[in-house]
Parts: sequence; C-alpha cells; structure tokens
Amino acid sequence: MDRALQYDTAHLIGAMVLLFGFQLLYQRRIKAVLTTFAFQAGALSIAAAWQAYIQNSPHLYVTAGIALVFKAFFVPFALNWLVKRLGIHRSVETALGIGPTMIIGVALVALSIVLVLPVTQGASALTRENLAMAMSVVLLGLLMMITRHNAVTQVVGFMALENGLILAAVGVKGMPLVVEMSVAFSVLVAMILFGIFFFRIRERFDSLDLHYLETVRGDRL
Amino acid sequence: MNVHLFVLGIPLFTSALLAVVSSLRVSIWVNVVASLASFLTSIALLFHRPDATLWLFIDDFNVSLVVLTTFVGFTTSVFSAGYIARERKEGHLNRRNLRFYHAMYQAFLFTMLLALMANNLGLMWVSVEGATLTTVLMVSLYRTREAIEAAWKYFILCSVGIALALFGTILVYLAAQPVMGPGEEAMAWTYVIKASARFEPALLSLAFVFLLIGYGTKVGLAPLHAWLPDAHAEGPTPISAVLSGLLLNVALYALLRFKMILSANGAALAPGPLMVAMGISSLSLAAFMLYKRDDIKRLFAFSSIEHMGIITFAFGMGGALSNFAGLLHMTMHSLTKSAIFFAVGIISQISGTKNIVNIKGLAASHPVLGWSFLIAVLAIAGLPPMGVFMSEFLVVSSTFARQPLLALPIMAGLLIAFGALIWKTQGMVFSKPSIDPAQGYAAWALAPLFAHLALVILAGIWLPGPLVEWFQAVARMLG
Repeated sequence: MDRALQYDTAHLIGAMVLLFGFQLLYQRRIKAVLTTFAFQAGALSIAAAWQAYIQNSPHLYVTAGIALVFKAFFVPFALNWLVKRLGIHRSVETALGIGPTMIIGVALVALSIVLVLPVTQGASALTRENLAMAMSVVLLGLLMMITRHNAVTQVVGFMALENGLILAAVGVKGMPLVVEMSVAFSVLVAMILFGIFFFRIRERFDSLDLHYLETVRGDRL
Repeated sequence: MNVHLFVLGIPLFTSALLAVVSSLRVSIWVNVVASLASFLTSIALLFHRPDATLWLFIDDFNVSLVVLTTFVGFTTSVFSAGYIARERKEGHLNRRNLRFYHAMYQAFLFTMLLALMANNLGLMWVSVEGATLTTVLMVSLYRTREAIEAAWKYFILCSVGIALALFGTILVYLAAQPVMGPGEEAMAWTYVIKASARFEPALLSLAFVFLLIGYGTKVGLAPLHAWLPDAHAEGPTPISAVLSGLLLNVALYALLRFKMILSANGAALAPGPLMVAMGISSLSLAAFMLYKRDDIKRLFAFSSIEHMGIITFAFGMGGALSNFAGLLHMTMHSLTKSAIFFAVGIISQISGTKNIVNIKGLAASHPVLGWSFLIAVLAIAGLPPMGVFMSEFLVVSSTFARQPLLALPIMAGLLIAFGALIWKTQGMVFSKPSIDPAQGYAAWALAPLFAHLALVILAGIWLPGPLVEWFQAVARMLG
C-alpha cells in the first residue's frame, strides 16, 4: 500500500474523532451526549487499529480493543443505566451558550494547528497532523468540562479529553506504554465512576448537578 | 542485590495483605511495622546503589527523597495508629472503612516510591496517577457531604492535570524519537538526558508548558491550587500530613526531572522564569489567604501552597545556591508540615472541632501539646534557629545577590504569611482555655511530632558535612 493512502486514511479517521468532539459540544440531552461519546470512542478504536496496521505494531490492537469494548460500549451503557436508575435530569445544563462554545471550539482547533505544526518539523507529516488533531480533541474535552455543569457530562468531557491523549499516543511511532496508559485511564474512570462517587453522591444529594455541591463549599478559595 | 525492589515490594505486599486483614489492632500494627521496614530498607540504598535499568533507577537526587518519603511514611503510620484508634472508638469510621484505609495507605506509599524511582517517564506518570487515585479514595473516607465534594473536586482537577502532564510526556517522546529512534530508551530519563541536546527545542518548550500545568496542578501551584485546601481539610489528618509532606514533593520532583531535560537542551525555552512566576504567585496568594481562614487544617493547607511556591521559586532561579536552598526547603517543609498536622490531628480530636476560634488556650490546658504545636508553627513561619529559617534565608539571600527585585515579593510574602500564622496561632495557644484538660491523649502519640521537630531544630543549628556535600552535588546536577 502506498504511503499516500496510509496517510489519508489515518487523517480521515483522526478527523472523525475530532468531529465527534465537536458534536459533543452541542448536545442538549444526556443520552445524546453518551451516544456521541460512544461514536467518538469507536472512531478512536478504528484510528488505533489503523495505526497498529500501518506501523506494524500489534500491541496497539490491544489499545483499540480497550477503546472499543470499554469506552464505546461499557462506559456509555453503564452511564445510561446510572442516569435512568438514579433519575438524573435528562437535559444538559450549560454554563455558556452553544453558539459561543462552538466558536471557542473552532478557535481552539486553530490554536492547536498554529502551535503544533511549526514545532514538529522534524517529525513525519503523518505524526504532525495527527498530533494537531489530538491536541484539538484534548482542548475540546477541556472546554466541555468547563462549560457543562452536570457531573455526568463532566466525566464524559474528561473521557473525551483522554480520547485525544490516546489518539496522540498511538500516532507517535513506537511510543512505549501506550497500552498501559489506556489501562491506567480505564482504571481511573471505572473505579471512580462506578464504584464510589456516583452512588455516594446520589445517597447524599439526590442530584448529580454540581451546583448542589457548590453550596456546601467550606470557605471559598 | 536489588535493594530498591524491596523498598517497593514491602508496601505493595503489605497493601495486599491489609486488604484482607479485618482486625483493626492487627492492621494498625502491620501498617506501622511495614512502614518501619520500608524505612530501614531504604537506608540501605544510601550505601548500595543498584544498577539503573530502563524502568527503575536510583541516583543522588531521588535517593534522598526516597529516604524522606519512607521516613515520613513511618512516622505518620505511628501517628495514624493513635488517630485511627480514637476515630474508631468515637464511631466516625467503621471497620470496613478502616481496612480500606490501611490498604490504601500502603498502596499510596508504593505509588509515591515508584514515581520517585521510575526511570521510564511513562511509568512515572502512571505512578503519579496511581497516587492521585489512592488519595482521592482516602480523602472521601468520612463520607460526609464536604468530604465527597472535596474528593470530587480533587479528582476532577488532578485528573485533568495529570492528563495534560501525559500530553507533555508524549511530546517529550516525540522530540526524543527522531534522535534516539523508537522504543523504550527514548522514554528512559537516563538516556533522554544524555541525548536531549539534539532534540527539537520548540517541541520541548511546548511539552514543558503542558508538564508545568499538569504536574503543577498536583504541586498545588496557584492558580491551579483549588483542590488542595479542600482535600487537606476533609480527609483524615494522617492523610493531610502525607499529602503535604510527601505527595506535593513527588509531583515537584517529576516536574524537576523534565526541567533538567530542558536545561540540558540549552536552546529550548528557559523553564526557570515560568517556575519563578508560578512560585511567586503561589506564595503571594497563599500569604494573603492565610488571614481569612477559620479552619485549622485549611490554614496549614494554604501554608503548604505558600511553601511549595517558595520551593518552586528556588528551583526556578536555579544555580548551585538556589537549588541547594530548594532541596533543603523541600526536606524541612516535609518534616515540619507533617509535624504540624500531627499536632493538629490531636488538637482537633481533643477539642472536637477544626474551627480556629473554638480552639483556645492549649498552653494552659495541654502544655506539652500546646508548646510543641507553637514551636512547630514558629518553625514553619521561618523563625530561627529552625531549619526552615535556614533554607528561606538561603533562598532570599541568593536571590538578592542575583535579582534583587525578585527578592522583594518573596520577602513580602514571607512576612505576610509569618504575621498570619502568628496571629492565628497565638489565640489557639495562649488565651483562656476552651478545651477540657481532662480530654487526654496517649503520651506516645507525640513521639512522631518530637522526632520531626528534633530533626528540624538540629538541621537549623548544624547540618552534617556529608549531607551538605550531597545536597551540593544534587544542586549541581539540577543546573
């Protein structure tokens, strides 16, 4: 297979991950947020598998598998179940309107391209473009965490950010520990998300809206 | 013989063991004995240096922090024994909580030691993440509204922080890979530092910005410090002691390793000014914030932000003298701050409150505790002849010699913080007693506090020659 096709395909899949990152920003219902996240994780899984194929590094298939099974299926499914079971508000509360959020999102993508492309001239074109996209996904995840109040959407924002990191890691040739990192992240998400916090927050507050938490802050700052 | 594997193995094994031991008495003892064993084993590292591998290594810099970590880990486990027994007796914690607590305490020590010894930068990151995870679980131990909020805030802010640190780590690898080829060597610090002169400087600069924000969140540098006071205030007090005394150091250590890579490159952005700026902002912000605190644990949490600011500033200034001062201050702050939290733990247990206005006249009702608390606070406020004074004096004087203007905000911050600490403490120690003198505590519970204070006072009067030479060697290494 020629290099141009390898490059274009990787580029296309990376762009899909980024596109879903944008889509996460304008969802108004929690269910839609979770579905979009599942699609993003699915796209990430394809990206990792494609990198495993073109770099000829089979361990990346494990990363792809983790992304597919854990993030694209298990996490959205479990979150959906939690939202239903706990009777959480089904709509997403935003701190910032959809329009301004999207504009900031576009600006962040521009920022990452302007930042990454000039400093990576030593690296291959594939890595450079991939890294610019990955950084955009990271920044969009961060934006989502800032502009959404709900605990569930904040966690989804964090996982979207993490998708960007994995996208960056698989795109760099021969990066060690990629699998271990995705496992570490999964443990982080799984342990906190399901084992501990949600049940306890539910026990105490009847709502996952972090506004309720804000009221009990000790002394500010 | 690989001594360092024992230092790592003991807490790891003990953590698994404690997870299945249900008797509280037994687990308290196991916790203390295992922490002592790690400390004694880590001393062997001073005399015998294992060979570096791609995964783990020991050098002059991290060995001192490993010994410090195991030492404070041990003394805190002794303090924790008394603290936990009392919490259990008063019914604040149930048996399952405590089993979990002890297992997590050892797991936390393991992750910190692994982060310190890691040669692979990815492994270092994974361990810092692990340390975050274990402490989040311990901060939420009391299950109160405030504890859950604090743990949630800690989890969200530090997860984002370490995620950004990982992005920075990936960028460092990306810079290393064209020069060193793909593979594990390009992630191993001992190899990377030798080759870093040939890395793409702009990429390293970009990486450092992410690393500074990422690990800086964990160090508690302003304006990324929001999680720190809550996590310190709402968790069990032994955890506050190890958070302030050890975890902040470990995060700063990670940052310094990357700083060394940048310095060795030469052409990349100078990491110093960024660290100086964050150091000054932390010191100044925390110094003013101290005045408004009414929770005793939050007060000293802000004092930790202040001191991490001073240390970051000192390393940011760089040069043999400032680095020496930074290292000394790191050690002194660990010992002093954990000593203060030991005292605070006992005070809040006998008074049943954490509110500063309700704690009065300790010197009259509990003279030994009150006076040693006062001495510890005077030490952290930077009064001679204690060790913290020495290191702060070195920071200020070395700064005056090179950048007199930068010394002004440092002097101001130190004085403002000094005023706040003295003002808040004198009411607690001197006015009319509010605590029933019949409220007692076990005499040995003060032993860890005395041990730390003795070391801090000793260091202020006399530093052993070999230790000075050692710190000087590390200071040169830090550049």
